[in-house]
Amino acid sequence: MTDPSQERPSRSENFWTARETALSWFLTTDHKRVAVLYALTLIATFALGSVGAAIVRLELITPAGDLVSAEAYNRAFTLHGIVMVFFFLVPLIPATLGNFLLPLMLGAKDLAFPRLNLASWYVFVIGAGLAVAAIAMGGLETGWTFYTPLSSVYADGYVTLAILGVFVSGFASIFTGINFIVTTHTLRAPGMGWFQMPLFVWGMYATSLVMVLATPVLAVTLLLVIAERAFGIGVFDPAIGGDPLLFQHLFWFYSHPAVYIMILPALGVMSELVTAGSHNRIFGYRFVAFSSIAIAVLSFLVWGHHMFTSGQSMYGGIVFSFLSFLVAVPSAVKAYNWAATLYKGRITLNTPFLYALSFIGLFVFGGLTGLVLASIAVDVHVHDTYFVVAHFHYIMVGAAVTAFMGGLHFWWPKITGRLFNESLGRFSAVMLFLGFNLTFFPQFVLGYLGMPRRYHEYDPDLQIWNVLSSAGVPMLAVGYGLPLLYLGWSLKIGEKAGRNPWNAAGLEWTTTSPPPEHNFPEPPEWEGPAYPYPVGETEEPQVQEEAQPKPEREA
Amino acid sequence: MKRAADPSGLDPFEDAATRLKAQRMGMWLFLASEAMIFAGLFVSIAVVRVVWPDGAVEASARLDKGIGTANTAILLTSSLLVAIGSAAAKAQTPRKGLVAAAFAGAAGLGLAFLAIKTGIEYRHEFHAGLIPGAGPAFPIDTPGAELFFNLYLAATGLHAIHVAIGAAVLAGAALAVWRGWLKLPANAPEVEFCGLYWHLVDVIWIFLFPVLYLVN
Ligand code: HEM
Ligand SMILES: [Cu+2]
Repeated sequence: MTDPSQERPSRSENFWTARETALSWFLTTDHKRVAVLYALTLIATFALGSVGAAIVRLELITPAGDLVSAEAYNRAFTLHGIVMVFFFLVPLIPATLGNFLLPLMLGAKDLAFPRLNLASWYVFVIGAGLAVAAIAMGGLETGWTFYTPLSSVYADGYVTLAILGVFVSGFASIFTGINFIVTTHTLRAPGMGWFQMPLFVWGMYATSLVMVLATPVLAVTLLLVIAERAFGIGVFDPAIGGDPLLFQHLFWFYSHPAVYIMILPALGVMSELVTAGSHNRIFGYRFVAFSSIAIAVLSFLVWGHHMFTSGQSMYGGIVFSFLSFLVAVPSAVKAYNWAATLYKGRITLNTPFLYALSFIGLFVFGGLTGLVLASIAVDVHVHDTYFVVAHFHYIMVGAAVTAFMGGLHFWWPKITGRLFNESLGRFSAVMLFLGFNLTFFPQFVLGYLGMPRRYHEYDPDLQIWNVLSSAGVPMLAVGYGLPLLYLGWSLKIGEKAGRNPWNAAGLEWTTTSPPPEHNFPEPPEWEGPAYPYPVGETEEPQVQEEAQPKPEREA
Repeated sequence: MKRAADPSGLDPFEDAATRLKAQRMGMWLFLASEAMIFAGLFVSIAVVRVVWPDGAVEASARLDKGIGTANTAILLTSSLLVAIGSAAAKAQTPRKGLVAAAFAGAAGLGLAFLAIKTGIEYRHEFHAGLIPGAGPAFPIDTPGAELFFNLYLAATGLHAIHVAIGAAVLAGAALAVWRGWLKLPANAPEVEFCGLYWHLVDVIWIFLFPVLYLVN
């Protein structure tokens, strides 16, 4: 590693303050600023998606359909699903933490194509704008899956507009993916080989492969829906010669890998949190790195597990079931390696680490219920029930969003140069975990008892579980909302963080916090393994700090 | 050390060779993702051929193999021109006249392709009721035939849009080289990238043609 230069950054060398005007933000090509733009946008979409979730859960407190009409209910969960999946989760980690960290971790000045990066944000905003317009004009009731022929023939509302929004935002994903892949290939610091890269970078690389190769399939599928709706070119509607199953194949060919666009980045974040939190080299580095690629490849082969009950052939079902089980292998490799890393590590139970622990719990539980779903016989019983809703929330929300929260807290001092309130941080992490389980665990029970998804009325016997589930929502709201407050405060009142408040390894910790406009005062170099732990304890401290009040934050 | 000397902050690369490598890789990834758009359609067509072989054969028989072959020949010729142009751009003593002429010629062939496709082929098919919309009812009853035809329309329509974009790109490149906005050999990679896009358009057609026209 390079000897970090000792000079103090002047104000103008911090990327937040280097340029002052609002226009400098909207025309920025600095990957760190694009990350901030994305983050602000995603807070807005998350809020919008949450409104949909709140309506759904409020309606379900009572068994009668009394709060909203059936149609309004359908529009609420469609709003929730579309916004959360396409306009929140898919870009969540790559576009914010990934954009911010990838060049820093590789020791680069920026991403390979800075203007393409900015373009990706604009494209995303345009796509989200179209979808929001569709919602504002009354919404649609197809569900986020846009199943045909409902979406192509029968549904009212602004289906075409919403689909167009999703289509457009897909290009944002593709741009980000291309940028990350090329950056990883061409802009690694001198001396950094592929197996010296941080595992977060591996995670981003695998994600990018999926983004570049799977998103176009979604794009063409959506185009076909539009063609059928607008021009009557029958592709999915049997009345005009189409085949409805074709849509499901095409859709899930994207959307199953898309689940990995959501979870692979989270796995990358986790590997960083686990090594840094236990001050220990990651156990089995190469296995963890390759398992990301293995998951990415396998993700393309399992889409049929969404279609066990759709009338695909029995042999098809068996093959898809088997392949789905295979995905568990690389996932388990990761979980075991994290466990082995923690073992004998010097663990500090700080906020990021609490998030990491709760991630492992939620991911493992969500993953195991996935195996339940991959078993054809069981799936036939719980298909399209709340069991499925609970399963995907454990993975996509429980795991992915929790990892994001952990990563956000971990890198917050780097991004802003400030430390946040540790007690509030730990409190929120615990609230999130408890609130999440209270909300979604009862849904497994509901599903098992046979409550179907997407209905706004249900059997009164099931009310108790629904009330429990809805009761989790306020706790979740605290878990997600409180960090907004104390992180916001930390900008004003937080202590200065210094370069490396967690004593973590990695190039991003060698530059100032917040980093200067072009990341490093001197182009860095790298030597040695990926995670040269322990840092700053037995060895001479790597970084001398002007202000590092609490280098170690004990539990 | 201040980097203010690079006010645009646009260039993260230290040397030209790496920059070129990155641009080329970016281009290939873009082409790969373009190819995946068509992969979705190819798979759908393949499914129809497997599930409804009779319908696929009957529908395919309605396609005009003669026109299809002519259009294939046109695109192959244009690709040859583009290859010549790209090679001339990369040559040690680049000949900008040759580059411009080859690219302009290829763009012209692209337009010819479009004229034949939409002006003759689609028009005939429309009058035969093969294309959904205002024309007569679809004439074949065999299951799968209509779906095959609709996918034909979707795939070739999307391809035609790509041909139009590609022809515009080639024409633009030809003009830029001719007027000296793109300098050779300095801008040879840009010229090459325009050519690569055209090759993609061509390759996709090379796959579409047998999959659609030659079913039996
Ligand atoms: C944080 C990110 C979240 C994401 C990415 C997400 C994603 C999704 C998706 C994709 C669906 C499927 C929609 C459909 O079936 O069409 C869904 C359904 C649902 N979500 Fe969420 N969700 C999130 C948070 C929440 C929260 C916090 C709650 C509870 C307040 C919630 C409650 C529900 C419910 C009850 C349904 C079922 C709707 C139905 O099928 O009737 N979600 N969610
Ligand atoms: Cu799946």
